[in-house]
Amino acid sequence: MHIHTTRIGRRTALLGLAATATFGRTTLALAGAPTDRRLVVIVLRGALDGMAAVVPYGDPALAGLRGEILPAAPGQPDGMLDLGGFYGLHPALPNLHAMYRANEALIVHAVAANYRVRSHFEAQDYLESGTDHRMISGWLNRTVAALPSPATERPVGEALAVGLSVPLLLRGPADVANWAPHGFAQPAPDLYAAIAALNRHDPVTGPAIRQGLRARGYSDSVMAADAQPKDTFTFPALARFAGRMLRAGDGPRIAALELGGWDTHTAQANRLRGPLKQLDDGLAALKAALGPAWSQTAVLAMTEFGRTARMNGTKGTDHGTGTVAFLAGGAVAGGRVEANWPGLGPGQLFENRDLGPTTDLRAVAKGVLAGHLGLDAAALNRIFPGSEAVDGLRGQIRT
Amino acid sequence: MALVRFGLGRRGGEPLPADPAAWLLDQLRQPDPTRFDDPPTTAAGLSALREDRMTRPPNLESRSGESRSRALFKREATRHLANAIVTPAPFRERLVWFWTNHFTVSAKRGACAPVAAAFVEEAIRPHVTGRFGDMLLAAMRHPAMLLYLDNVGSVGPDSAAGQKNHRGLNENLARECLELHTVSPLAGYTQSDVTAFANILTGWSIDLQADPPGFRYRPFAREPGVQTLLHRPFPPGEAGGVAALAFLANHPATHRFLATKLVRHFVADDPPPDAVRVIEGVLRDTGGNLGAASAALVTLDAARAPGTKLRTPMEYVVASIRTLDVPPAQIPNLTGILAALGQPLWGAPAPNGWPDRAADWAGPEAMLQRVDWASGFASRIGGRDVEEIATNALGPLLRPETRDAIRQAGSRRDAAALLLTSPEFQRR
Repeated sequence: MHIHTTRIGRRTALLGLAATATFGRTTLALAGAPTDRRLVVIVLRGALDGMAAVVPYGDPALAGLRGEILPAAPGQPDGMLDLGGFYGLHPALPNLHAMYRANEALIVHAVAANYRVRSHFEAQDYLESGTDHRMISGWLNRTVAALPSPATERPVGEALAVGLSVPLLLRGPADVANWAPHGFAQPAPDLYAAIAALNRHDPVTGPAIRQGLRARGYSDSVMAADAQPKDTFTFPALARFAGRMLRAGDGPRIAALELGGWDTHTAQANRLRGPLKQLDDGLAALKAALGPAWSQTAVLAMTEFGRTARMNGTKGTDHGTGTVAFLAGGAVAGGRVEANWPGLGPGQLFENRDLGPTTDLRAVAKGVLAGHLGLDAAALNRIFPGSEAVDGLRGQIRT
Repeated sequence: MALVRFGLGRRGGEPLPADPAAWLLDQLRQPDPTRFDDPPTTAAGLSALREDRMTRPPNLESRSGESRSRALFKREATRHLANAIVTPAPFRERLVWFWTNHFTVSAKRGACAPVAAAFVEEAIRPHVTGRFGDMLLAAMRHPAMLLYLDNVGSVGPDSAAGQKNHRGLNENLARECLELHTVSPLAGYTQSDVTAFANILTGWSIDLQADPPGFRYRPFAREPGVQTLLHRPFPPGEAGGVAALAFLANHPATHRFLATKLVRHFVADDPPPDAVRVIEGVLRDTGGNLGAASAALVTLDAARAPGTKLRTPMEYVVASIRTLDVPPAQIPNLTGILAALGQPLWGAPAPNGWPDRAADWAGPEAMLQRVDWASGFASRIGGRDVEEIATNALGPLLRPETRDAIRQAGSRRDAAALLLTSPEFQRR
């Protein structure tokens, strides 16, 4: 049997994760690609309130909409981290602020994708599909497929998702295996082989078991060598793990991470701190783990939609429209907030409730894929169907 | 076949029904055999929550030991699963699971944990063969749902309470009820419908200090005036909410949506349109009678093709335990197993509940976790004859390849692992 003899098996010096039995749904997926550039996409599930993460404190209408849930002014104890006089970063984001000051973080504000639904579930599907309807493949998988064929023997589409399922963002024609720390004792290889054989003709269980064994061949050989404490399955730990994988010369090049906890209908000021800190610590862990490869890295963090500009009746916010997208990485031409600010005054809110969307999220993503991975307009329009009229933003990536 | 598709797998060598369809329909006609001594109640759950809030500091870091809420949740979750393993009415139990998932409340929201079991027993189980409208009303008024989707603090901005305290609306429950519980986006509702429905539901809250604690309608929080939802006016007061739910329960889009979900769950990931139309017609003609809709599922031609659905981890684990006929005292800790397999009981990540397509459960690592668990669990076979157990469990569904593999396995335990991981056992 050849189940454990896989090509990815060679690379396992990168991995080191210990078993835990309480792993949830997917949080990290990785894909190989014929490039030295690294791309990390973070899906912030649950609708991040862009105006809480990047507060437009210079807008005179802001305090009237949500005074009670605003962080203190820049310079005050636990105050916002200033971004040049109009915007302030939430105080739980110091690492992102340091990246911003080092010109490695670019914030795009008042951004929204091209759908206008306010359902999390539809919107996340659309966000990952890269269009205004649900497709069976995600835009990041199509990105992998659009990259030129490798000159070397590195297999195309070799990908690994960490967790129990593959997010739609990375589903598609390029094969993605997945891996999660396993909590149950494993049977002997010959029983695995017999089980795989018994399932080989089943269209669902057959390929799943085959790919799963392949992915484990990839990861298990180093588990004993570099085990980590069992409680490390936090977002920063997965980001660090992603960074180590991406750093290696022959490692994967594309990673997708997820982070939830953004659906702050109540007590937002308290409830946002935790996920923001996770995001911030994760970005720092990713940067540290990437080491010198950080200079070739771009990170895009995006969410399905924003939240209402006005605080609701329970000191939270409801589903809205415009929000922020974050770009970070050594390859990012950062140090600024890019926004065509729509204003928050009377008549300026979208449908009299939400931050107006003035930048198309697809323009942000297309700009990154063009600038960072060198994809041309035709490829970008295949990756984001129906986006012909939307040009990628220029100048997001260092040249 | 009936035991596999509509039930939870045959339990050991329990007698097979002479007429499978009649056996299923009989389960719908007879009262639910589930009887808990000291059943879970909202009052007990909310009392535990109240006590935890009084005695335990809100800061997570400084807590120690297990809260009363958590302990209650664990006890009830264990009891719920133990009942599923022995129930003589597995079709009915599957319907309880289905509707519990349709009206997801998740213990991931801590306050919901102590009332999650009460939600199932009070809002779902009594109505699985009754009218959908009754279930909808029971679910929407249940403190578990009101807590989970944030309605307890939603206040009409122009109500007395709203004017006095400058508080306002929280539209979470209203939005999810339209999207996930009733008409679905097919109905083409707008933001103003969501806002109107949220206004209609203001005042639907809980009283944690009452004795016993439970649902409480707070008239001073109710947004005044008539509200228009999907072009219909609904009156002020608690009655407006009851009327709106009755309207939504019998909306044609709701019937279509529920029929699609039922057929997807019991027949195929891609629901055959003809089958959906049949169930939709039954719901329409009976005013949303769920017993009639369930009976119609049993007689669908499309439901006769075997093995079209992959068992979810919960279905799979319970079926495995039934198949090996593990004595109740030796049943492993199922809540931990389900969490490790990615489907913790009453712990869905979001209000749309657990997914219901094979692709969502058949990630490579998910399949291997299942294989690993089953391979370990297979040791429970002891000295019994695996081929006989396989024949008992699967009957005509058992493939010759699997029978051969079982015969050729190096040990009884390996043979049992092969049975439990065979594609026909993983399907229903």
